[in-house]
Amino acid sequence: MSAAGIGHDVWEAVIGLEIHVQLNTRTKMFCGCEVTFGEPPNTKVCPICLGHPGVLPVTNEKAVEHATRIALALNCRIAERTIFHRKNYFYPDLPKAYQISQYDLPLGIGGYLDVEMDDGSNLRVGITRVHMEEDAGKLVHAGGASGRIDGADYSLVDFNRGGTPLVEIVSEPDISTPDQARAYLVQLRNLVEQLGVSDVNMEEGSLRCDANVSVRRPGEPLGVKTELKNMNSFRFLHRGLEAEIERQVTALEAGERVVQETVHFDPATGTVSTLRSKEEAHDYRYFPEPDLTPIVLDAAFVDRVRAALPELPAARKERLVSQFDLAPKDAALLAANKPLGDYFEALAAATGDARISVNWVLGDFSAHVNSTGLQVAESPVTVELLAGLLGLVANGTLSGKMAKEVFETMAETGQSAGEIVAEKGLGQISDADELEAIINRIVSANPGPAEEFRQGREKILGFFVGQVMKETRGQANPQLVNELLRKHLSSA
Amino acid sequence: MDVATLTAHDCRDLLAGREVSAVELTRAYLDRIAQVDDVVQAYLAVDEAGALAAAAAVDAKPRDERLTWEGVPIGLKDILCVKGMETTCASRILKGYIPPYDATVIAKLRAAGLIFLGKLNMDEFAMGSSTENSAFKTTRNPWDPDRVPGGSSGGSAACVAAALAPWALGTDTGGSIRQPASLCGVVGLKPTYGAVSRYGLIAFASSLDQIGPLTHDVRDAAALLDLIAGRDPLDCTSTGLIEPAGPPEGDSLKGLRFGVIKEFTGEACDAGVRRTFDSAVKAIGTLGGVCEEVSLPSVERGIAAYYLIAPSEASSNLARFDGVRYGHRHAGSQDLNEMYVRTRSEGFGAEVKRRIMIGTHALSAGYYDAYYAQAQRTRTLIIQDFADAFDHFDFLISPTSPTVAFKIGERVADPLAMYCSDLCTIPVSLAALPAVSVPAGFSDGLPVGLQIIGPHFSERNLLSMAHAFEQHVQVGTVAPLRAGSAEVTP
Amino acid sequence: MISREEVEHVARLARLHFDEDELARLQSELGTIIDYVNRLSELDLSGLEPTSHAVPLENVLRADEPVAGLAHEEATRNGPDIERGQFVVPRIG
Repeated sequence: MSAAGIGHDVWEAVIGLEIHVQLNTRTKMFCGCEVTFGEPPNTKVCPICLGHPGVLPVTNEKAVEHATRIALALNCRIAERTIFHRKNYFYPDLPKAYQISQYDLPLGIGGYLDVEMDDGSNLRVGITRVHMEEDAGKLVHAGGASGRIDGADYSLVDFNRGGTPLVEIVSEPDISTPDQARAYLVQLRNLVEQLGVSDVNMEEGSLRCDANVSVRRPGEPLGVKTELKNMNSFRFLHRGLEAEIERQVTALEAGERVVQETVHFDPATGTVSTLRSKEEAHDYRYFPEPDLTPIVLDAAFVDRVRAALPELPAARKERLVSQFDLAPKDAALLAANKPLGDYFEALAAATGDARISVNWVLGDFSAHVNSTGLQVAESPVTVELLAGLLGLVANGTLSGKMAKEVFETMAETGQSAGEIVAEKGLGQISDADELEAIINRIVSANPGPAEEFRQGREKILGFFVGQVMKETRGQANPQLVNELLRKHLSSA
Repeated sequence: MDVATLTAHDCRDLLAGREVSAVELTRAYLDRIAQVDDVVQAYLAVDEAGALAAAAAVDAKPRDERLTWEGVPIGLKDILCVKGMETTCASRILKGYIPPYDATVIAKLRAAGLIFLGKLNMDEFAMGSSTENSAFKTTRNPWDPDRVPGGSSGGSAACVAAALAPWALGTDTGGSIRQPASLCGVVGLKPTYGAVSRYGLIAFASSLDQIGPLTHDVRDAAALLDLIAGRDPLDCTSTGLIEPAGPPEGDSLKGLRFGVIKEFTGEACDAGVRRTFDSAVKAIGTLGGVCEEVSLPSVERGIAAYYLIAPSEASSNLARFDGVRYGHRHAGSQDLNEMYVRTRSEGFGAEVKRRIMIGTHALSAGYYDAYYAQAQRTRTLIIQDFADAFDHFDFLISPTSPTVAFKIGERVADPLAMYCSDLCTIPVSLAALPAVSVPAGFSDGLPVGLQIIGPHFSERNLLSMAHAFEQHVQVGTVAPLRAGSAEVTP
Repeated sequence: MISREEVEHVARLARLHFDEDELARLQSELGTIIDYVNRLSELDLSGLEPTSHAVPLENVLRADEPVAGLAHEEATRNGPDIERGQFVVPRIG
């Protein structure tokens, strides 16, 4: 829904997203502690990530490589020389009271992501910068009623997460609706997932999103922006943006001003609230981190990382269209979802029929994984099983309608199509051996008509077909019965 | 036994010749500390039990010929983290802090079998030139207990001068090894930045801090540097040395060219310091060296640049002392901000707060470019000036300190005057060069040091040269502990 | 020179508190020091790169190999206030 859809058709929103991606390296950004999730508090820590006196950071080379992968996949220019800065501020989850981050010499700048919208149109969102930094620890608010910071009596700090490598992806304010924002985030998530550098799980916090939002009348200069935080799902991003746009428009129409501040989205109420009215203006006192050396990313390194990139969604879409003759929209859906795309390609290879494969993958199979909430890899319906089912359709054992019924059972039980067909007594009898046994019996029992056929009386074939159908209660594959009868009667 | 005249090499030889056991040697130093340190106040904490246990462990096993220094005691500036040993940086904010890890230099010394006698006093967080900024005690100059030992490694310098350890480690950011070495009449070496790992050195100014030895002679300094130097995977700014620093060789300075830094001599120095320095220049001439005046016009701005760079980095380095994970915390705060402010305001001393304020201001919005970035550009200029000078000279020389040890309390009220006592050492730190202060003589009975500066990673040549000078001038490095302490004269 | 308001602002940034006398003295001391270092801004150094390390190094990185950290007891031993294995801080904001 666009801002206009809310009923303020004279306003347009200007949105930029800041996305934090936790990298899935084995160790933290600046120390050798393991990156973990869900361990008991303060058990994956060392003097370095606890910010003890005297410790020094050393950069994880794998994190630099992963960050470079992301920057390249977003079409960024990679800095020849990049450095870390200290971002100074006090907060209990920040052990050194500065975050090692990047400032005026980030790893990547000036990229873009092409976002395919539902209507098939393309939205190019500019990427301002891609930079590396370290994550903070985790705060739990204790006492008080809500478990929220504003009602808490005190807070507890766990530093297990502190120092986890992060990549921050800052977009240009090229987004103008909550729909576009969601599509951008979803497709960015898919891209990063395909790079294999992050778990990109919003619930676990390995993908996090903040938004800069302002509204203006078309053609006017940019309005005052707010920073919208705490949207830990695609749905909350959408709803949070809707609520914040609504809040700003309402304020402006009432003649009030929008204040530059941080606002939080509350999923429980669907509203946004401002928290830090008393907060002193940020003054992070950035300066180059003297404990780390500059990083020089020469052409050889960049070329090596680029060569190792997997096929990215845009390229895969093009290939799916040309290789399998898919509709662009279908190809885009498959390209955006790597597991589903891989599933499709394996299925098409197994069946040799891309058209039928794409219909099943985007139809029944997608509906099945969506409704069960399973990952593609977790579904009982493996490529082999589905290929087996489609084989029964192709050889005429099953009609399209019967195949859907078999699929549903398969999705529940993980049985093969053959097993299901046999168990339920479904399916045409297309087993030549089985039919031949029946035909053999019938022909032997009727030597007269058989002789008539051999004399050239074609019509007598109908008699035999009728006998076979009677014997098989109509489930024999008629084409195959015809074929086998002819063969049998002629040779006998 | 009397340890008052022992160098670390003497200790090593006594141990190797089995003339003394490690426990006996350690006990002798502990006894001397018990006798003398009431006057000198060099130690913040003496680890008697730990030192004797470590010495007993050395005695209990067969002597390992590869561990040349096994059983030799050492004193440690309280800025170095020692696992399990309280480490305070002479600050209330770290009172009671027990590091869960060893600094890299400590791990190296531990592996080499050295005995840690205890932690030495210093200016709080190494900020000062007199050791008067310690939160816990005032260390006295063994040559005159009414005077300061210099700083910030004043405890380390006084400890060696009073023979309360054969040698000690200090740290130098803008002169904190060399200036107290000069004022206490011992040898003090600041290595090339990067020669020694900073891991476990509680940071003051990260781009300047270096750990180095304070010793009775140059031979000991070279040996201790070789024990602690080396590239460390835990400090990515460390490189190690290109070649071992010791042992020093040769007794002639023939053919060597010495640049006398104009800006550090002349009117910048007291008359007595100037006289002693002039005789040092003559001594170098006698040994075959050629001395010539050289001007480094940028160095005068060095102090201004230093007093932006060091506090800026310090303001960030000292932000972690927030009462959350270790150290002092103000009890009974109503909210987080109050806890931060009260903890830090109670925990830090006046000079530390002053420098945090300067640094925070210099980095704050709108000032970064005028201050920090401009100071770093000045640094570029200073590096170039020194590089140009080393095109013409093998070494540069100056007095280490413009004055001899001053009276306790004399400069406390005037921060800028105190800052100027590092005039000759600060520019060298900004250029990351190695420099050693060697005793050159006395002025009114107080030691005067000669600062010798070499190109990056020239420690081996630098110390060989310093050794030749030292052998020639033969200045005693153990204070007689006269005034006010006649009863403990060794 | 530095104004009283600036001194107070810097103190807030640094999480330090000073009483009236200290503030006045600090204002004067910081003023002196700042005037002194302001000599630097008079220099034209526009052609020079700022040096952050006098001995330049680059690309000193670490392999992505886990190293044993601290046991939980060691990690929290210095903490002034620990509850359920975590560091306690007073009410935020």
